[in-house]
Amino acid sequence: MSDTERVDALVDRLLSEHSFDDPQAFWGAQYDLGLAWVWFPEGFGGLGLARGLQARINRRLDEAGAPTWNRRVNILGIGMGAAVIAAHGTDEQKRRWLRPMFTTEEIWCQLFSEPGAGSDLAGLATRAVRDGDEWVVTGQKVWTTLAHIAKWGMLVTRTDPDVPKHRGLTYFVVDMQAPGVEVRPLYQITGEAEFNEVFFDEVRIPDDQRLDEVGAGWRVAMTTLMNERVAIGGDTVPRGSGSIAEAVRVWKESGSEDPVLRDELVRLWAEWEAFRLTAARASEMAKAGTPGPEGSTGKLVWADLNKRITSFTVELMGMEGALYPGGYRLVRPEGRDEMPPQKAFLRARANSIEGGTSEIMMNIIGERVLGLPPEPRTDKDVPWKEVPRG
Amino acid sequence: MAERQVSYAPTEELDLIRSTAREFLEDRVGIPVVRELMMSETGFDRSLWKELADLGWTGLTIDEAHGGAGYGFVELSVLLEEMGRAVTPGPFLASAVMATEAIKAAATPTQQAELLPGLASGETIATLAVWERPRGWALDDVATIAAPADSAWVLSGRKRFVLDGHLADLLIVAARLPEGEVGLFVVDAGAEGVSITQAPALDPTRRLADVVLDGVAAELLGDGPGAAGLAHALRLGLVALANEEVGGAQRCLEMSVEHAKTRYQFGRPIGSFQAIKHRCAEMLVRVEQARSAAYYAARVTDDPEELEIAAPLAAALCSEAYLWVAGENIQVHGGIGFTWEHDAHLYFKRAKASTLLFGDPRHHRRRLGDALGL
Ligand SMILES: Cc1cc2nc3c(=O)[nH]c(=O)nc-3n(C[C@H](O)[C@H](O)[C@H](O)COP(=O)(O)OP(=O)(O)OC[C@H]3O[C@@H](n4cnc5c(N)ncnc54)[C@H](O)[C@@H]3O)c2cc1C
Repeated sequence: MSDTERVDALVDRLLSEHSFDDPQAFWGAQYDLGLAWVWFPEGFGGLGLARGLQARINRRLDEAGAPTWNRRVNILGIGMGAAVIAAHGTDEQKRRWLRPMFTTEEIWCQLFSEPGAGSDLAGLATRAVRDGDEWVVTGQKVWTTLAHIAKWGMLVTRTDPDVPKHRGLTYFVVDMQAPGVEVRPLYQITGEAEFNEVFFDEVRIPDDQRLDEVGAGWRVAMTTLMNERVAIGGDTVPRGSGSIAEAVRVWKESGSEDPVLRDELVRLWAEWEAFRLTAARASEMAKAGTPGPEGSTGKLVWADLNKRITSFTVELMGMEGALYPGGYRLVRPEGRDEMPPQKAFLRARANSIEGGTSEIMMNIIGERVLGLPPEPRTDKDVPWKEVPRG
Repeated sequence: MAERQVSYAPTEELDLIRSTAREFLEDRVGIPVVRELMMSETGFDRSLWKELADLGWTGLTIDEAHGGAGYGFVELSVLLEEMGRAVTPGPFLASAVMATEAIKAAATPTQQAELLPGLASGETIATLAVWERPRGWALDDVATIAAPADSAWVLSGRKRFVLDGHLADLLIVAARLPEGEVGLFVVDAGAEGVSITQAPALDPTRRLADVVLDGVAAELLGDGPGAAGLAHALRLGLVALANEEVGGAQRCLEMSVEHAKTRYQFGRPIGSFQAIKHRCAEMLVRVEQARSAAYYAARVTDDPEELEIAAPLAAALCSEAYLWVAGENIQVHGGIGFTWEHDAHLYFKRAKASTLLFGDPRHHRRRLGDALGL
């Protein structure tokens, strides 16, 4: 039996033996069959097969109408956290965290950015000090999506301020309900609060919630970010779906025959299609084990296109686009499905900031992909505590 | 077509208007006030409006005989630039510019004597109700019907996207006369058959309303069709908006430069990275290009033929420049620029709405092409 046949048979079994009525039970069964992250080892939600097979599983589940929205609800966990735990965690840690993550019983958040450390993540200041079998954490994180409903947080801390910044970091998984953790909403330009400020006041974290070695936090953080940037803009989606679908819908609804608008719509459609084809090509190359430069462009292109397409969609609406259905109410986001074009337009401004800004993505392409000389760096080889901080 | 020779040299008068305006707006309508107003039901504070009126702003371009200050459009454009810079909420553009200019352009001397003093003193708030369809910026799109009745007129139709319609005492309504031409009418907002509802606006500092006219009694402005006067008032509206946009864009540029100098990442100010430095430089370039178009247009408003070029030119350039600069201002700020508590979004929303209100940039370019005979 080929790997594909084996996976197909397991999907058939999952679909025939488990009802969709109880999504959490369904996801638990999916995990137990090894269909959660098919490239993970057996016993940890996977079968040790090629990563590319996951897309096939997801597509088949979607087509059957099975619940697959756990990936959306627990996006930071399932999209990034799982890969980090798989790569850097002990078997005990994998057993403890992966299954409830996949079933959404435990939501995850990412505690990286700080007021003083965004693009320069390695410059972060949240301190962790060892105390026997525990660590005591004090500091502040910001822009933390989902922190208000999360059970676990992926936390990068500074454990050694006396060495250069990349070397003094340690990565933990923190219980968001632990004493000393305080979460405050931060409202964004859409009028909703997706993200938060998180304050740590002498929060105690058991040492068995440390991922990888003390001082290896940068390496673990890089695994997280690589997966985040693949999760954003790396998906292979059907032709004409995503934000271009909304533009096309609004165009059709408007009944417009304006050739100037039509040309612009088709131009955006073409750019979106090229982006989509690039993602598909990149995913195939990655599967074959020969990732090329195409894989590094997804997040950058997606951010730029999404901003332009959503802006154009609002323009297609004419003066209607100058309205904001429902008004600004300063609330937590409700269901993510219904998003009027005006809100999608505002939300898209974050695309070139979240998960690494477009400027940083271009630096990465310039330096790592094209091998251009890096900018002179003054902050790399001096102890963290001596780096200027404005 | 040769351009007009105009002077951009600051005069004592203009400097005084600018410094008074900036001082007043900073003192009295600072960002905390803007934020309070933008979250309020009506977005309006009548006592603040009274203060603007006492400064002579509401009657700035109304002649002295009608209780105004008798200034020209250049002086008005300086005020608008300052208000754009401060994202000042309220019906100034609707009432003191659009409705006032429509009355000046279309009304008989008797009507002007009747209507303008109230506008000049700020006691009356008026707005222009023209548009009905989302992309219907051309006067051909006016479908509201005016039917003769005894010695007056009766209007029926639905106006949408009426600037600050919910605050208006008077509506200046475009409607189709029996012969098919467009006329301008004065309607009392409280009259029977008028219903006005506010629509939630993308830019909460400038509100929009829906106005339903169901057999409403109205008075025709002027002696006949008002299309020419309306078209002129709309062109002045474009010039006004363009100058306001320049003020907003300039403020965004300043916010970005300030942040680029003080925000450190990787041990240095982010303005030392060329990605950011060049972005700020490009912002300056685009703001200055836009400013030239806006200032020029404000100086040729008494030349109808030249205005047909200058108004859409300014509108197309300034609205695109403002939107771009306001968007990049968010980017330069990173995460903080995406938050409600930061001011960047006030400008971004104002900029986006401004590209849609009186025509999008493509519409303005089409008009410019027409004016150039292309
Ligand atoms: C909607 C949203 C959700 C988010 N969710 C999370 C989350 O869940 N968890 C989390 O940890 N973080 C999250 N973030 C934070 C995000 O990762 C940071 O905002 C981002 O990394 C940028 O950091 P900053 O905001 O401090 O901006 P800064 O780093 O201060 O950047 C400001 C500007 O300077 C530019 N810049 C900085 N360095 C350079 C350079 N070397 N070269 C050229 N340009 C440079 C940037 O590109 C940007 O334009 C989220 C952000 C947003 C907007």
